Amino acid sequence: MASAIPADSVGIVTPQQAEFEQGLVLACGRTLERYTLVYETYGQLNPQANNAILICHALSGDHHAAGFHAGDDKPGWWDGYIGPGKPIDTDKFFVVSLNNIGGCGGSTGPTSINPETAQAWGPDFPSLRVRDWVHSQARLADLLGIQTWAAIIGGSLGGMQAMRWALEYPDRVANCVVIASALKLTAQNIAFNETARQAISSDPEFRAGHYQEHDTIPRSGLSVARMIGHITYLSGDGMGEKFGRQLRSGNFTQGNDEPVEFQIQSYLRYQGERFSTSFDANTYMLMTRALDYFDLAREYDHDPVKAFSHAKCNFLVVSFDSDWRFAPARSKEIADALMAANKSVSYAEIESSAGHDAFLLPNARYENVFHAFMKKAANELNITADRNDDNA
Amino acid sequence: MRSDLDIINTWIDSGSRVLDLACGDGKLLHKLKAKDVEGYGLEIDPEQITACISKGVNVVEQNLDEGLNNFSDNSFDMVVMTQALQTMRFPHLVLQEMLRVGQECIVTFPNFGHWRARVYLAVSGRMPVSDLLPYEWYDTPNIHFCTFRDFEVLCQELGIEIINRRVTTQGSAKTIKQALPNLFGITAIYHLRKR
Repeated sequence: MASAIPADSVGIVTPQQAEFEQGLVLACGRTLERYTLVYETYGQLNPQANNAILICHALSGDHHAAGFHAGDDKPGWWDGYIGPGKPIDTDKFFVVSLNNIGGCGGSTGPTSINPETAQAWGPDFPSLRVRDWVHSQARLADLLGIQTWAAIIGGSLGGMQAMRWALEYPDRVANCVVIASALKLTAQNIAFNETARQAISSDPEFRAGHYQEHDTIPRSGLSVARMIGHITYLSGDGMGEKFGRQLRSGNFTQGNDEPVEFQIQSYLRYQGERFSTSFDANTYMLMTRALDYFDLAREYDHDPVKAFSHAKCNFLVVSFDSDWRFAPARSKEIADALMAANKSVSYAEIESSAGHDAFLLPNARYENVFHAFMKKAANELNITADRNDDNA
Repeated sequence: MRSDLDIINTWIDSGSRVLDLACGDGKLLHKLKAKDVEGYGLEIDPEQITACISKGVNVVEQNLDEGLNNFSDNSFDMVVMTQALQTMRFPHLVLQEMLRVGQECIVTFPNFGHWRARVYLAVSGRMPVSDLLPYEWYDTPNIHFCTFRDFEVLCQELGIEIINRRVTTQGSAKTIKQALPNLFGITAIYHLRKR
């Protein structure tokens, strides 16, 4: 395995765990008395502790953003962008990636035991908003000795966390990278999330969220939810390029009554099934609700310019032209509000046929823009490469 | 630095807020940082956008032919457009938008009335192609050529006041050339405001 690890990988990584005993008062009014955060780090924190980057994950993400877990042959979900010499250059930066509370990657969430009942939280896990994640991430920063992040970076729901950070803790963020995100979801976007949730809750195995006690999982509901999501994360053109009308089995010969299956059918089913056994349904409900509830400017008189007037960091905003779930127009609204608030911002709309998923995939222009911004960020903070070229 | 950018630099006050339309690689805004000028460049060319970001110049990807609706009235002290007016689909609308969004504006464009262009057209009977404007007529980003005189007539019609005008010339006899800008001027630099 070790010999197969590419030179620009962070290599084998091991998740770490932090326990927080001090209660976290949540936006919903309830308090999470104690919680665990699972996280990974890549690169080295410098003595000034000014080279740390926080990665905020999206709906179905977790702490494993880069490198390989021992024995795995698939790297973390953002391995293309985190590593030595990559846009998030681990020779320069110390990267922290965590699984958010409410998640199912090991941090405290619906599958964890509620200390009060000694049962799994299940559907009784407190409802969460993006700001709750931000506050829990700030405590992780305290624990790691990071006063100010060199950058906070996130795509989609992760971008919402990055923006919320810039408003909640303006003095603790130097740069903010918001990719394929939005100030708030549109009605259409909420509609997709609701349809996915209905698929889950109408599965008899969901049992109002108490499936764990019944030792079952709402496999078919979760699978359909993922299929719906997946369709919206791809573009029509991208799907056409990849699958077209190719058949996986059967044919249309006259007189032939065999069932026909298109490639896209089997692909979607495979994605759905894989997801349904690896992701927790209550987490999916909770995460999609947090997405729906997010509205960056709600408490600022619904004025994004007023909201961003509190920010102090430099922003990079990126969108993808074929992304219709988080359309470029939504990212442009972020850039426009930042300009009206007189903040430092650059915005690029990247050409890609990959839809919303483009933020995770290789793309030369996206890499160049990202690289340029991160290089400038490193220079401004006097962060130099840690690479020891004599030994390289 | 291009000589037109030097002239522009002297026309922009320290500490002002500038919007640079079709900002290219961000050279002007980068230069203006020394004068505490803050602002944004708008650009659509991917390589130029990356070049701006590398320089630390704020750049926003935006197609100017779609207008400046995302900016409110008088939100900038100065709106600048260098060597791009002739590439716009509706130059007169762009000019009006620039003066809506900015208190003042600066535009530069190549002079199609330069004597070389006139001679080229008169002698060869073909559209001028030069070092500065190297494109064939059918494949050029420059779709709206004008002479300095044409531009000043437009300003008159749109109620735009010309605060200042400079032209760049080539070679010697600068005084004579400055006196006959529409014949000898290569690039015009206009400083404008609403009348």
